[in-house]
Amino acid sequence: MHELSIAMSLVEIATEEASRLGDVRIDAVHVRLGPLSGVVEESLRFSFGLVSQGTAIDGSRLEIEHVPLTVYCMQCATTRHPRSIQHLRCPVCDAPTADIVRGKDLELFALEVHDDVATHS
Amino acid sequence: MSPRIVEVRKDILKKNDLLARELRARFSSAGVYVLSLVSSPGAGKTTFLERTLTDLGSDHRVAALVGDLATDRDARRLGNSGAPVRQIVTGTVCHLDAEMLTTALDGWDLNALDFLFVENVGNLVCPASYDLGENLRVVLLSVTEGEDKPLKYPTIFNSADLAMITKIDLADAVGFDREEMHRNIREVSPGLEILETSARTGEGMEAWLRHVRSLGRAGAARA
Repeated sequence: MHELSIAMSLVEIATEEASRLGDVRIDAVHVRLGPLSGVVEESLRFSFGLVSQGTAIDGSRLEIEHVPLTVYCMQCATTRHPRSIQHLRCPVCDAPTADIVRGKDLELFALEVHDDVATHS
Repeated sequence: MSPRIVEVRKDILKKNDLLARELRARFSSAGVYVLSLVSSPGAGKTTFLERTLTDLGSDHRVAALVGDLATDRDARRLGNSGAPVRQIVTGTVCHLDAEMLTTALDGWDLNALDFLFVENVGNLVCPASYDLGENLRVVLLSVTEGEDKPLKYPTIFNSADLAMITKIDLADAVGFDREEMHRNIREVSPGLEILETSARTGEGMEAWLRHVRSLGRAGAARA
């Protein structure tokens, strides 16, 4: 369950960024997750709920965008999306490839911000 | 007013990655080659490391850091090899991170070392996400664990630089299917180098140590 540690880092960065924006309310935290990030979505959601309590982003939604695995296939000389991380092969020509272009993403992508705090709180 | 989106684009593990980068620079300037070992509990990391430290220690300056949830049993065991060993007790944390390594290395003269081994907590899931600044990550799995293990834990195999199949002396007894294991490893990490050893009988240790020595020399030449 290292998602707890990951959630702590996420909340730390998100609250830092939120404080920089001044008097705002954070409605949602947008995260990009790759299949090779080693992070399980459900565990991250659970941990985020726990860790964000009592912080400046308490009550915000966690929006997770799954980034597709992208590799470079030498045979086809182009990027492809393998069927799964269990089979790092080109889905077209079936050549194995270790050349990962994307898929390790574990990124705080954006914050959804509400500026009009007074009328909503 | 409707909500607006503020783009942040920050790696969630940036703090760890920055510390890992600092460690890597420190290792490089000290001329020490750092190898980390990851596996499930019981794959034989400590026995393998004990033998490696003893054999490599005859002509190189070696040391180890060893991570466990509790106890310093592994550090005491590895200390039998004569190499300096420090234990990192993680408490409830299921993996090592760059900060723990930085703290554990405090006051250690890295210039006095040729090789430093870092034994991670026995876990094939969590350590995959954390860069430790190591030069080589070795994932170990024993012949008793089942040939489909790489397919079950693809991320850690993908993050590794070498796969070490351990307890090879038990291969026949457990009906180990070598081809199937190699195929599965390469399916989740094409081209990954695979070695096989038995720390008990010594089988395959020569090839492993030759490999480590050549990596150390190449590392020293680059520094």
